[in-house]
Amino acid sequence: MQRRSLIAGTAALSLAAPSLARAQARTEIQYWYGLAGPLGERVAEQVKRFNDSQDRYTVVGSFKGSYIDTMTGAIAAWRAGNPPHIAQVFEVGTATMMAAGPAIRPVHALLADAGVELDPKRYIAGVRGYYSDTQGRLISMPYNSSSAIMWLNLDAFQKAGLSTTELPKTWAQVRAAAEKIKAANAAPVAITTAWPTWVMFEQMAAIHDVPFSTRANGFEGMNTELQLTAPFFRKHMEFLLGLQKDGLFRYGGRDNAADAIFPTGEVAISFNSAGNRARVEREARFKWISVPLPYHDDVIQSPKNGVIGGASLWALSARNRPAAEYRGVAEFFRFISEVDQDLWWHKSTGYVPITIAAYEKAKTEGFYVQNPGADAAVVQLSRAEPTPNSMGFRLGNFVEVRNVIQEELEKALQGQQGATAALEAAQRRGNVALRNFERANRS
Amino acid sequence: MERKTVFRGMTLPALLLLPQLAITIVFFFWPAGQAVWFAFLRQDAFGIRTSFVGFENFADLLADPLYLETAWNTLVFSVSVSALSLSAGLLLAVLADKQIRGAGAYRTLLIWPYAIAPAVAAVLWIFLFHPQVGLIGRALNAAGLDWDYRLNGGQAMLMVILASAWKQVSYNFIFFLAGLQSIPKSVLEAAAIDGARPVRRFWTIVFPLLSPTTFFLLVVNLVYAFFDTFGIIDALTKGGPAKSTETLIYRAYIDGRVNLDLGSSSAQSVILMLVVIALTAIQFRFIERRVHY
Repeated sequence: MQRRSLIAGTAALSLAAPSLARAQARTEIQYWYGLAGPLGERVAEQVKRFNDSQDRYTVVGSFKGSYIDTMTGAIAAWRAGNPPHIAQVFEVGTATMMAAGPAIRPVHALLADAGVELDPKRYIAGVRGYYSDTQGRLISMPYNSSSAIMWLNLDAFQKAGLSTTELPKTWAQVRAAAEKIKAANAAPVAITTAWPTWVMFEQMAAIHDVPFSTRANGFEGMNTELQLTAPFFRKHMEFLLGLQKDGLFRYGGRDNAADAIFPTGEVAISFNSAGNRARVEREARFKWISVPLPYHDDVIQSPKNGVIGGASLWALSARNRPAAEYRGVAEFFRFISEVDQDLWWHKSTGYVPITIAAYEKAKTEGFYVQNPGADAAVVQLSRAEPTPNSMGFRLGNFVEVRNVIQEELEKALQGQQGATAALEAAQRRGNVALRNFERANRS
Repeated sequence: MERKTVFRGMTLPALLLLPQLAITIVFFFWPAGQAVWFAFLRQDAFGIRTSFVGFENFADLLADPLYLETAWNTLVFSVSVSALSLSAGLLLAVLADKQIRGAGAYRTLLIWPYAIAPAVAAVLWIFLFHPQVGLIGRALNAAGLDWDYRLNGGQAMLMVILASAWKQVSYNFIFFLAGLQSIPKSVLEAAAIDGARPVRRFWTIVFPLLSPTTFFLLVVNLVYAFFDTFGIIDALTKGGPAKSTETLIYRAYIDGRVNLDLGSSSAQSVILMLVVIALTAIQFRFIERRVHY
């Protein structure tokens, strides 16, 4: 009896051994991300697909809270000597990460060491440029990229007697539409915006080909200085203040606080990230469409490309981290850059495709015919050859700079100061943040 | 008269103290010490490049008019929250102390808000006061009041004060109720027989006898308003609009965790530490003397 079970046990063990060995051979890759809700579910799904697609690596995805929580968490973990292999970092953290030298593993080096070939040219120019160094080499892995676009409530447009096919393209047309919406009381609020700094300053600077800060928006060096007192920003800010004065614009709060107002039908014209598409699709009970951002046609006739937002994936280094683990990271990066994976990601999240091939495939599949406006962000990102003003932003302490602009804008909207004073204060305080970053990273 | 346990030798008392000391050192002295050390450094986010800058972080802060504005905000905020939650707690406790039907249920309901996490409390307040989505917010706007806490600094401050005070009322209520119940009934009855009316009885007997409780609660409430209201502010206003609801602790968080400027954030923590030490010393030295025990 005892012997039989012993034999059986040995047999079972020898049968189990190969699979056990294989399971142990899987290298674990820790991946920290900062997307919640439906988007977070997509990330988890993607990780599972990768794990199922091969048997050498297991990516362990962990949701770490907001983008800021994820980034500070990863930095703290690096300081403690135990960072994750991959951290998702939002685009405003790019300069901080790039300055972190030994803490990160540039993607081009990571791929080369692992023998994984990924041609940078496969990625959409506006996405690639943001995450590349001055020599055009990828430093972080493009991942979830969005752009700011205009969201229109077509029911409100119809109610106000506006065309639902000839949609506003310029700010003057947006203003005219808003006036009609207000006159017809077609929506409680005519215009609002999410991400005030990103939309009204960064995107506007890019599409109007106006420098946001010197040294090619910081791409050419940390000694960059903000250019917010330039006439263009004054013009646009005065335009916004004028809209507010006439009851056409209503401030929706900082960052993404205005997300909720558009899907409820409270506002007719909203500006928000393309990544908001999943939410609008689920919640809106009215006809809507998303189109590229408006421009001032007395400043530029054919607007430039917009800049991206969203996040990229960073490979973090650690002492004694074996090469096999870096190779696993490289394999994961290759996987998410595959055309079909990217296409699925684009269609199910609303983020723009990161590869040109996935965009072409979505087009030939007729995705944008069935989902009008789903390509607004891609069109806007790729409609022009990026100039130094529309390539993106590489500013240190960028979160702080954004908040400074937001605060001074709020003060202006409160009526405490005019456009000129607000821009001067934003420029002064923002430059202090830039200099602090320069000092901390040069010493 | 006092009973003392006398240990022979030092080993056993040292061993008994060790766990407590270890916890205090690891979780209090060590991080606090690091904060003090970091306050004199400038470093990048990853701590790769670090340099000693002396008192520069402090000098930068004190020269920053926005920091002084934030200090003033904190004062207004803390005093308002403490005054409001103390008086509301006392009023409710006095009412609950009476012989009323269903006193138990009434008391339980009053204690509930204390069990709500600050972030959840803030979401409840948003549901009520959001100008477009909130029940009361919409009503206020419909009534012709221009209610929008996202842009109006005064309204934003009012909202974080109310939300923070509301959360603390339960705590004050419990302590005041316990304090009221420990006041000897015979004293009150004697006063009543002498012809003192309820209001007079309250101000001449109850209130002075409650003063130890009030004093304790005052300290606790100020510390709460200083340090524990972070969650509510973060979820409701994020310190905005235009810094109007930014308190010192919130700014230390923003500079340290969001802006990744550990030097400045540590310097702010050190300043906060000094403020609290001073506040507590003043309270115990001058106010406690006048408290009847």
